[in-house]
Amino acid sequence: MSGLTLERVSVRRGRVLVLQELSVRLPPGGIVGVVGPNGAGKSTLLLAVAGLLAHGGAVRWQGAPLGGRDIGFLPQAFAVRANLSVLECVLLGRREALGWRVAETEVTGAEAMLERFGLSHLAARPMTALSGGQQQLVLLAQRLLRNPRVLVLDEPTSALDLHHQLDVLRHLQRHARATGGLVLTALHDLTLAARFCDGLLLLAGGALVGQGTPAEVLTENRVGETYRISPEILQARDHCPVIVPH
Amino acid sequence: MNAGAEIFRGGYRREGARRLAAVAAAALALAALMVVDLVTGPSGMPLAEVRDALLAGPDGPDRRAATILWLLRMPQTLTGALVGACLGVSGLMMQTILANPLASPYTLGFSAAAGFGAALTILFGGALPVPQWVLVPAAAFASTLVACAIIYAIAHFRGASPEVLVLAGIAVLFFFQSLQSLLQFMASPEVLQQIVFWLFGSLLKASWTSVQVTGAILVLCLPFVLRDAWNLTALRLGDANAASLGLNVAALRRRSFGLVALLTAAAVSFTGTIGFVGLIAPHVGRALVGEDHRFGLPMAALMGAVILVSASVLGKLISPGAVIPVGIITAIAGIPMLMGVILTQGDKR
Repeated sequence: MSGLTLERVSVRRGRVLVLQELSVRLPPGGIVGVVGPNGAGKSTLLLAVAGLLAHGGAVRWQGAPLGGRDIGFLPQAFAVRANLSVLECVLLGRREALGWRVAETEVTGAEAMLERFGLSHLAARPMTALSGGQQQLVLLAQRLLRNPRVLVLDEPTSALDLHHQLDVLRHLQRHARATGGLVLTALHDLTLAARFCDGLLLLAGGALVGQGTPAEVLTENRVGETYRISPEILQARDHCPVIVPH
Repeated sequence: MNAGAEIFRGGYRREGARRLAAVAAAALALAALMVVDLVTGPSGMPLAEVRDALLAGPDGPDRRAATILWLLRMPQTLTGALVGACLGVSGLMMQTILANPLASPYTLGFSAAAGFGAALTILFGGALPVPQWVLVPAAAFASTLVACAIIYAIAHFRGASPEVLVLAGIAVLFFFQSLQSLLQFMASPEVLQQIVFWLFGSLLKASWTSVQVTGAILVLCLPFVLRDAWNLTALRLGDANAASLGLNVAALRRRSFGLVALLTAAAVSFTGTIGFVGLIAPHVGRALVGEDHRFGLPMAALMGAVILVSASVLGKLISPGAVIPVGIITAIAGIPMLMGVILTQGDKR
């Protein structure tokens, strides 16, 4: 069975069912966006998939339980207060492989990742001296250095400007295509989600209320009902949906 | 590879070499301070005499010099260095696992527990057929481990988050402090004096037994501590990030604080409570070698030893003919250092 399979995944907090039984199969090699209003259960779903939250049901990758080095997760709360340099921080992505003496290949790999994200000029700078957006980019580079099969990201563009939002999503797209892995990411910007995601999961009230391609999920009716707005859905030059809220 | 990255690749290696040199310099500074400590003392003994007594060994012909050097000064200097190293390492581990720059090995009430164990045996141990020089450190050690077990149990049921650990530690601290006060209240003036002197924290209690026990525990714990150097560095990124890197944060915390309990017990059992070393040494170490715990842990150990041996030298120099307990020196010198830490932290925000 290829891709990521969620079988009746549910999460309880006390007596409250915050994520209702969710079953879905997501094919590899692309980006799947998790969208929905605040409190819909997006972060809960991502934490459950990442194995950082006790849950019911099963999460499988290529038929086997997902875990260990297969998974890379970037949480929503990412602020780093350690006085580590950017390069040191990215190197920590290879934590398990680092010995008492850091091999030259590890340093080269971390530098190459920084270069891919255009962060080489910050390599020696302490993490505490970076802006929130720069820290987010560094941590994403760190997670990608782990080369995980399934990359789970909780709003990875929340602190980024428009240029970097596009840059990061293009990176993720390339990563998914090149590795045959899967990127599962929560996104608030529906237009960006429509442009970069191969599939979308629309959550509301802890339940899955829509699933499919962006064009299938982001209809005026469904977006309107879920977000309680009156949206206008236009088409960009490249036929991607553009969501205009009213 | 662009020019910036090329420059920094060399920079990363250079920074590693610089940190290694800083650790080596700290080791040399410690060795020099230990020599100064050996030649300093109320009985007065010039460097040449110390050298001769050292070369002649414990059975040397000059019995006075051999006794002073091999039975008094050497165990005190070595105990000071070992206790300082234990407190420095455990201080850094506590600050890392509790994500709190003001944490120290005593934050979880370990010193209060050790003090209670010591006070209990000073007060009631006379009835037992065990000499007090064995009984007091053994009781201090055992009660520190009891405190550790209580916190471990709470962490087991409520999760090993920094908040749970600190709250459990505060409860343990007040519990053992209250028991200690009760024992002091019950003690006669003579016994009370003994208890208070134990609590001061002094190297005068040092012996070859303290060197062997503290040294053995430090040597046994260090491989486990150093094995987690990268994990502890990763934990500095915060719980969520560290867990996302596949680190079992709760297990690391439990493991680390078990080691901290052992190291702290080894440190305080023979010397009593020595404040501020475990708080200040990690900060000085971090300022010199950064947050990479491969360098930070050895540096914190060396800085702890340097601070304690310096305090020992000062304690002997300030009042010629007498020795001021190191616990008092570190407490007095620690206050301006602590102020410095608070002010520096404020700058960073």
